[in-house]
Amino acid sequence: MYDTPNTERTVTRNETKFSARKVQVYYGDTHAIKDVDVDIEDKTVTAFIGPSGCGKSTFLRCLNRMNDTIDVCRVEGDILLDGQDIYDKKVDPVQLRAKVGMVFQKPNPFPKSIYDNIAYGPRIHGLAKNKAELDEIVEKSLRRGAIWNEVKDRLHAPGTGLSGGQQQRLCIARAVATEPEVLLMDEPCSALDPIATSQVEELIDELRTNYSVIIVTHSMQQAARVSQKTAFFHLGNLVEFGETGQIFTNPKDERTESYITGRIG
Amino acid sequence: MPLLWLILIVLAIAVAGYVLGRQRALASAGGDSRGLHSLPSYYGSNVAIKAIVPAFLLLVAWLLIQPIYVGNTISGMIPESSVKEGSSLGLVMAEVRRAANGLDAAVAQGLMTDDEARNLRADFTDVTQRLRDAGSIVTSEVTQPILRAAQRYRIMNDTGNLIMTIAVLILAVLGFLYGLRESRAEFRARNVVEHSVRAILVGAASIAILTTIGIVLSLVFNTIEFFRLYPAADFFLGTNWAPSFSGRGGSSDLGVLPLLWGTFYISIVALAVAVPIGLFAAIYLSEYASPRIRAFAKPMLEVLAGIPTIVYGLFALLTVGPLLLKVFGDNGLDWMQSGTAVMTAGLVMGIMLIPFVSSLSDDIINSVPQAMRDGSYGLGATKSETIKQVVLPAALPGIVGAILLAASRAIGETMIVVLGAGAAARLSLNPFEAMTTVTAKIVSQLTGDADFASPEALVAFALGMTLFVITLCLNIFALYIVRKYREQYE
Repeated sequence: MYDTPNTERTVTRNETKFSARKVQVYYGDTHAIKDVDVDIEDKTVTAFIGPSGCGKSTFLRCLNRMNDTIDVCRVEGDILLDGQDIYDKKVDPVQLRAKVGMVFQKPNPFPKSIYDNIAYGPRIHGLAKNKAELDEIVEKSLRRGAIWNEVKDRLHAPGTGLSGGQQQRLCIARAVATEPEVLLMDEPCSALDPIATSQVEELIDELRTNYSVIIVTHSMQQAARVSQKTAFFHLGNLVEFGETGQIFTNPKDERTESYITGRIG
Repeated sequence: MPLLWLILIVLAIAVAGYVLGRQRALASAGGDSRGLHSLPSYYGSNVAIKAIVPAFLLLVAWLLIQPIYVGNTISGMIPESSVKEGSSLGLVMAEVRRAANGLDAAVAQGLMTDDEARNLRADFTDVTQRLRDAGSIVTSEVTQPILRAAQRYRIMNDTGNLIMTIAVLILAVLGFLYGLRESRAEFRARNVVEHSVRAILVGAASIAILTTIGIVLSLVFNTIEFFRLYPAADFFLGTNWAPSFSGRGGSSDLGVLPLLWGTFYISIVALAVAVPIGLFAAIYLSEYASPRIRAFAKPMLEVLAGIPTIVYGLFALLTVGPLLLKVFGDNGLDWMQSGTAVMTAGLVMGIMLIPFVSSLSDDIINSVPQAMRDGSYGLGATKSETIKQVVLPAALPGIVGAILLAASRAIGETMIVVLGAGAAARLSLNPFEAMTTVTAKIVSQLTGDADFASPEALVAFALGMTLFVITLCLNIFALYIVRKYREQYE
C-alpha cells in the first residue's frame, strides 16, 4: 500500500492548531460540507483524502477563508485557529491568509522575476526593513523550497520560465516567505511528474518541523508517505480521522476501507 | 435576352442538375445511399456547381470585356475631323453612346422600325429631332459620322449580347451534362464540394486584400503626383499651412507640421481623458462589480461606442465648447477666445474613446488567470494590492495595446475635430486655442470645386498617406505588444 515505512508515525501529541466544530458549507443551494468536526495538530502533516467532489478542497479553502472570494459560498459553524474564531467579524481575512499560507493545485507563479515572486509577500506585509533583509528572506525561502541551487544564478529571470516542478517549489517557497503558521496545499503534486513529486514530498516532510501542513491529495500512496494524520471525506462528510497508519491498515469505517482498497471513488 | 433572364435560366439549370445528379447517383448505387462515396446531396451540389460556376465566370468576363472591345472598335471609326476644337474623343464617344441609347429607346417606343434605326442617315432625315421626340437626351446635333458610329455600336452590342447569351447557356448545359455523367457511386463528390467551399473563402479573402492594396496604391500614386508638383521637403518641414485656391499653385504654403501638431495635441488630450477613466472603469467592472452591476454597466459603456461621431461633434460644439468658454473665456480666466479649441475637441474625443479603452482592457484583465489572483490572495494580499501588483502587470502589455489602438482611433478622428477644434492650422502650446488636424484639412481640401490636378487638392492624398503610415505604425506596434503578451501564458 505505501512505500515508506511508518517509523516516524509515533509522534508525540502536539498542541491543536485548527479546531473545527459543526462546519457546514453551502454553494448556493448545494450543501457541500456537512457537520465536519476536526482537530488539526501543529507541526504535523495532515492529509485530506477522498473521491472527487467530496468536499476536501472546499474544507481546505475554509481554513484560510479563500471561499470568501466566491460569492455564492456560505460557511457556518466554528473554525478556531489557536482558539480564535477565524470567521469572527473582527478577523481580517487578509491577515488570516498571511498566517495560513496556501499552495495551489496548478503552479501559479506571478509573471515576475523569481526574486519578485518570493519577495511579493514580505513586501506586502512589510517583513523586511531593507534590501539586505529582503535578500536574506528570499534566499532562506528558496532554500526551504529546495530550489535555491537551481535558481540562485538567475534570480531575475521570469518565474514562468521554470519547469513545472520548479514552479511548484517556487510557489511553496513563496508561501513560506511570509512566515505562515499553517501551510495549506491543494493537490500540490497533481501537475508534476514523479521526480518533481518526490522532491515536493521531501520538502513537505521538512516543512513539518516548522509548520502545520495540511495537504489535499488524490494519491493514497502520497498521503501514506507524507502524512501523520489522515482525514477521509466522503460526500461532504468527514468519515474518519486518525493516525495515518491506522487509517490505511485498520480503518474503522466501512467506507474508508472501500475507498482505500479502490472499491469506491 | 435581358441579363436577369439569363441568370435565372442558368440557376434553373443548376437546380435541375442538383435534383437529377442526386437521383442519378442514388440510382447508380441501387437506391441505397450507403453504397455511395458521399452523401447524395453532395452529388447534387457537384452538378449544380459545374453548371453555375463556369457559366457565371464567362458571363462576368464577357460583361467586363465587351464594352472595352466595342468602345475601341467604334472610336477607331470616328474621323479626326468630327472631334471638335475644345472637345475630346471621350466626349464624342459619350455622345455616340447617348445616340445609340436614343435609337434603342425610339425602337422600343415604336417610333422607328429596327430597320430604320439601322440605316437612317443623318444628312437626309431629322434624326436629332426624332430622337428627342423619343425622350432621349441629345445635347448637340447628331452628325452623320456619329450616327454611323452609334448604329454600329448598337449592332455590335446586340450581336455581342446574343453570342454571350448562347455561349453562357451552352457552357451551363455542358457543365450540367458533365456533372451528371460524373454522378456515379464511386465519384468523390464530397471532395469536390469541399474544394469549392475553400475556393469561395479564398475568393472572399482575396477581394478584401486586393481592395486594401488598391487603396494603398491609389494613395501612393497620387502622393507621388503631389510631390512632383510640390517639393517634399517643404511639405514635411514647412511650418505654415496656407493653401490658396485662387492662386492655382505657387502661392500656397502646404507645410504639414502645424496639422501634425494639432493632431497629436488633440489626441494627447483625448488619451489623457480616456486612458485613466477607461482603465479605472475596466478595473472596477472586472474586479469589483457584482455580476448584476456588470451585466448592466458594461453594455451601457459600450453604448458610448455606438454613438456616431457627428453626434459627439455636436456635443462638442453646442455643450462642451460653451461650457469651457464660460470658465476659461472672457468672463472667467480669459485664456480662451472661442468655444472651438484643442481642449473642447480633446475632451469630447476622450469621452468617445472611453469605451474602447475600457472594453478592451476589461477583456484583457479578465483573461489574466484566476490562479494569479488566488495566489496573491493566498499570500494575504488585499484586493487592491493584488490588482496593482499582479493583475495589472500581467495585463499591462495588453492594456498598452488597447491604448495604442485607441490612439490610432484618435488620430484618425474627423468629425469631432471639424466641429470642436476649429479650422485654424497653427503651432501653439495653448490648449485653449483653436487648432486643426490632418483629417479635418483633408476634408476641407477636397470639398468645394477644386481642380483635382492642383497641388491644393492632391495634398489631401499626401496627408492621407502620412496619416496612414502613422496609424499603421501604431497598429503594428500594438499588435506586436499584444502578441508578446500572449506568449507569457503559453
